[in-house]
Amino acid sequence: MATIPTTASAIAAAIASKQITAREVIDSYLAQITARETDIHAFNLVTADAARAHADAIDADIAAGRPIGPLAGVPIAFKDNMCTHGIETTCSSKILEGWKPPYDATVVSRLRDAGAVMVGKTNLDEFAMGSSTENSAFGPTRNPLDTSRVPGGSSGGSAAAVAAGFAPVSLGSDTGGSIRQPAALCGVVGVKPTYGLVSRYGLCAYASSLDQIGPFATTVADAALITEAIAGHDVMDSTSIPQPAPALVASVTQGVAGMRIGRVTDLPAGAEPEVIARLNEAFTALEAAGATIVDITLPSLSYALTAYYLIAPAEASSNLARYDGVRYGLRVNAVDTNSMYGATRAAGFGDEVKRRIMLGTYALSAGYYDAYYGKALKVRRLISEDFERAYAQVDVILTPTSPVVAFPFGDKVDDPMAMYLCDIYTIPTNLAGHPAMSVPFGTGAHGLPVGIQVLAPALGEAPMFRVGGALEQAAGGVK
Amino acid sequence: MTQDPLSSIIATEDQMLEGGWEMIVGLEVHVELATKTKLFSGSPNRFGDEPNTNIDPVTLGLPGALPVLNKQAVELAMRIGIALNCNIQPCIFHRKNYFYPDMPKAYQISQYDIPLNIDGFLILPSGTRIGVERAHLEEDTGKSTHVGGATGRIHGSDYSLIDFNRAGVPLVEIVSRPDIRTSEHAKEYVAELRAILEVIGASDAKMEEGSMRVDANVSVHKPGTMFGTRCEIKNVNSIRALGRAIDYEARRQIDVLDSGGTIRQETRHWDDAEGRTHTLRVKEDADDYRYFPEPDLVPLAPSAEWVQAVRDNLPMLPAARRTALSALTGYDTQSEAVIVVVERGQHDYVQAVVDAGGDAVRALIYVQQGFADAGPVPAVPAADLAKLTILERDAKLSATQAKTVLAELVEHGGGDAAAIAAAKGFEAMDTSAVEAMVDEAIAADPGAWAKYMAGDEKASGAIVGRVMKASQGKADGKIVTAIMQSRRPSA
Repeated sequence: MATIPTTASAIAAAIASKQITAREVIDSYLAQITARETDIHAFNLVTADAARAHADAIDADIAAGRPIGPLAGVPIAFKDNMCTHGIETTCSSKILEGWKPPYDATVVSRLRDAGAVMVGKTNLDEFAMGSSTENSAFGPTRNPLDTSRVPGGSSGGSAAAVAAGFAPVSLGSDTGGSIRQPAALCGVVGVKPTYGLVSRYGLCAYASSLDQIGPFATTVADAALITEAIAGHDVMDSTSIPQPAPALVASVTQGVAGMRIGRVTDLPAGAEPEVIARLNEAFTALEAAGATIVDITLPSLSYALTAYYLIAPAEASSNLARYDGVRYGLRVNAVDTNSMYGATRAAGFGDEVKRRIMLGTYALSAGYYDAYYGKALKVRRLISEDFERAYAQVDVILTPTSPVVAFPFGDKVDDPMAMYLCDIYTIPTNLAGHPAMSVPFGTGAHGLPVGIQVLAPALGEAPMFRVGGALEQAAGGVK
Repeated sequence: MTQDPLSSIIATEDQMLEGGWEMIVGLEVHVELATKTKLFSGSPNRFGDEPNTNIDPVTLGLPGALPVLNKQAVELAMRIGIALNCNIQPCIFHRKNYFYPDMPKAYQISQYDIPLNIDGFLILPSGTRIGVERAHLEEDTGKSTHVGGATGRIHGSDYSLIDFNRAGVPLVEIVSRPDIRTSEHAKEYVAELRAILEVIGASDAKMEEGSMRVDANVSVHKPGTMFGTRCEIKNVNSIRALGRAIDYEARRQIDVLDSGGTIRQETRHWDDAEGRTHTLRVKEDADDYRYFPEPDLVPLAPSAEWVQAVRDNLPMLPAARRTALSALTGYDTQSEAVIVVVERGQHDYVQAVVDAGGDAVRALIYVQQGFADAGPVPAVPAADLAKLTILERDAKLSATQAKTVLAELVEHGGGDAAAIAAAKGFEAMDTSAVEAMVDEAIAADPGAWAKYMAGDEKASGAIVGRVMKASQGKADGKIVTAIMQSRRPSA
């Protein structure tokens, strides 16, 4: 048996050229899951039998000379808030435990059409609310690099799955940093595309105006490959941008010569010194590769966190109202309908979800709307205007992804404000609807990985991947 | 105190209620749009199917499902806006949040402060102009059936069944200004609105089936003062019930105020059998709907070209049809025959009868009197009816005979009027035979004739009656009268 490649592009090439079978690939990854999943708990569900059957079908297609998809045989894991037809989709919540959707999310069907093989559904902070995956109703995911520490969140399971070698690529969702922050903490690449580039149809909503699906990968090129595969207009999502998917893989190796990279001089404080040191090294490396570093300011950034924690909970309070025990999921019976709603939601939701529902309900209430939700929308506009001014001077902006490296379990889970600060550098992008990615760039405290974030203007995925590719190259020399 | 700023219309003296009270009425009308599919999904918009068959992830509010706006619904909503003289503006959707078992997402996608159609008006057939504040798009809920318990309501029931076929059906809510001052105007407004909706193909607008639902906001005050506290009347299921409910409610409020009481702002339920309203819920317990812009939809901004295309393709509206029918027949636009025939959508048929060579006035009257249940396109071919009008006009048939032939045509869905008349033994009597009968009748009742000769027109009835009896209805009444007048010395 040939060696199993570790990247999606190499796996797809090896299978298509018959150097290896899809079944050999899937068996290898399933063996890795068997070996380490008990320690990591990246998955809510491993779909081993279906994965083997799918791989066998691909091998049969290849043997018969039938056409195969560009990702044929590439194992992939989906965050468990993406609907999979007939396969349990829980959002790591008791309220949806056992629910099997009657339809596939658009990203799921697009990747299946491309030949990717689902290995399972990954753990998350309940309804994607959290930054450590400790808020899962089914227990936390552990960081494969140090199992005493969190993998980040909310897409901690998808980040850990790639970091642990359970799949070469996975999908997460990012509402305030939920792809980029766990990517940084687990030492993998994570991409949040432009809002509307990837269809949200079938993604269980947390905050609809901020949610966006994106990939985790071990390389920037794989991240570009998967972004290409899931991007492009979808009639089922009205907020989907009516354009075909852009070509991105070629950008990764184009280099940064002549590019203008923004350095935020008024970046909110709080990052660990090692994180700032890596950021400075990243600027130096890009400058050495031919880019120009330009100082910029983003004065509204310090209000982003506050605005986010009004807008996201407000939308969540409405999005999660459908979990009422009437049509699907958990129902706790009670004497009348209103009591049934209360009992069901009290038993079905965890503390953080309840906290955000209450926060959001309050922010939208008559008499408070203007002071809270209305003002948050104004801040959102100001942040977009700040970015607009900045992108008149620069092509991309570089910041840390997370102010800290992976932290121990229990460190922040009882202190919501401390947990919320994990997303201080990632949230502004979501508010603006722009793309951003996290690229591993050396290590920080305790030898744990540091992620550098590349921010780009709307539909600026191509320049973003150019810089991401350059950082990845430079990171080879940084430790 | 000065006149309320909400409406400048003041009731005329004959519209005032006893004791100097004036009623102020505004109507909220929900209409189901006649689209092929639902407002935000591809499931059929069809009434009467097996429960829970016209459903999909969007209709059921499944996790991850997203709404996609139905273009046909927007177009029908724009037709309504244009027909009601509204401004069509770029608009957005909002979420109206509340929990109810037949509300799948626990929020309704509706329009709030920036609706599609604003600032229109409707001119009643009687000439009064009623302002239309807005006409906005929203989705319908599912339908609950509460089983067990005394009231048929959710409280106290043993269990409830929910049919989601109706969930997501497109609605337009048309909100009038509080410009209505009598229950007659309220009825006229709804009848005219229904006629418009049918004509433009926006809705079948059947109150009895719930595809048109009317809520009335009623208050009373003394003219020149601010409006009184209003009550919203629900469960009004016919135009007749609307008039009764408004009159009852205004009377109730006046009685409360005259006896020193105050009106609570509340929602009241019309009980048609009892002929009264009773409290459904008091407004103070009203939900806070936490409206906010729907993030799953993009703003709706119909292009000027689209609006113009909808405007250009709008069929002739009832008011214009009344004008046309009036010009065709010489009847007044406000005459009952014209109003009724246009309301039934039968004006094109009258025109077709005339085009087939028929007599316009007789066509209008035949259609008004004989085609009440025939719908916009009666089964009787226009040419068949045209022949009948000519037979009567040319005095080949008397009015009574013509009526009998008309009944035959209606019953058989058409036929040759002349053949039917012949088969019934109807033949035109020649004038000399009628003259002889008139003379016989005069001889038989000289008293009546003397009175008639003395100028008592009513006395002619006895003579005409005798002629009709003698001729077995074949004599033409007009000819009989003409002969009698010729026998009378001219004044």
